[in-house]
Amino acid sequence: MRIIFVLAAAAVGGILAVTTAFGGDDNVPPISDAVVQEECSACHFAFQPAFLPAESWSKMMGGLEDHFGEDASLSETVRDNIEAYLVANAGRGNVDPQNPPLRITELRWFKSEHSEREAQRMMERLDVKSLLSCGACHQGAERGIYDDD
Amino acid sequence: MKRLLLVGAALALVATTNVQAGPREDIVALLMAEASAEDAAFAGFSGERGQILFSSNFNTGKPETPSCTSCHSTSPQNMGETRAGKPIEPIAVSKTPERFTDPEKVEKWFRRNCRSVIGRECTALEKGDFITYMMSQ
Repeated sequence: MRIIFVLAAAAVGGILAVTTAFGGDDNVPPISDAVVQEECSACHFAFQPAFLPAESWSKMMGGLEDHFGEDASLSETVRDNIEAYLVANAGRGNVDPQNPPLRITELRWFKSEHSEREAQRMMERLDVKSLLSCGACHQGAERGIYDDD
Repeated sequence: MKRLLLVGAALALVATTNVQAGPREDIVALLMAEASAEDAAFAGFSGERGQILFSSNFNTGKPETPSCTSCHSTSPQNMGETRAGKPIEPIAVSKTPERFTDPEKVEKWFRRNCRSVIGRECTALEKGDFITYMMSQ
């Protein structure tokens, strides 16, 4: 899965300088759309699109009225634009198109990178309440840099 | 016609009593007109009703968010926190002066949060009461 993300980073980055800048194992291209950044970060860390495949983003953006237990609805235009951006910059992966994963924290690579004991220790030490607060431990998270562990 | 007159009266009342004109006052004025149109007996917003709205446990919306206080903390003066762990600036106007000044944001967050907490959209009366309470905080 990690390799797929590096490939996605390379594909989106396009030029060598960019791929080198994101050349670490766990890095992804940062969000480059101001509206996506603003809307997706209103309630939680704005996860970069490479973390989920296109099918996941489409399903998620089609169900914002119940977004993990909250209404996160948007105007139609904003919703459409955000979905288009997420899909265009999505990660790759074979998923069941009828039932694509929605929670990044439940993906296999995420779990293996955040073993329960280690993640819990970090969260206690830094007083972090949610695994979704990527930037609490990964200081470059907003820039897509996650290889600091 | 009676209703129209009431709306006019409400707007006139706003125009004459609102010494502090500004985007927040404009939002409240529009809500007043809407509230009058919704209920001919509308007699103004109430911060006390707003306080009740803020602190009530509705249990009619999504189970994760039974009350405004689920995320905004029990005092409007305090920082809140989203379920995903992101800090929320206090909603009391005295603490966060830009609260309720952007009509689009006001509309978006009342729509989302009333549906999440109460399970339906809020009435103009509820929105006006809520803002009135937050303006007193």
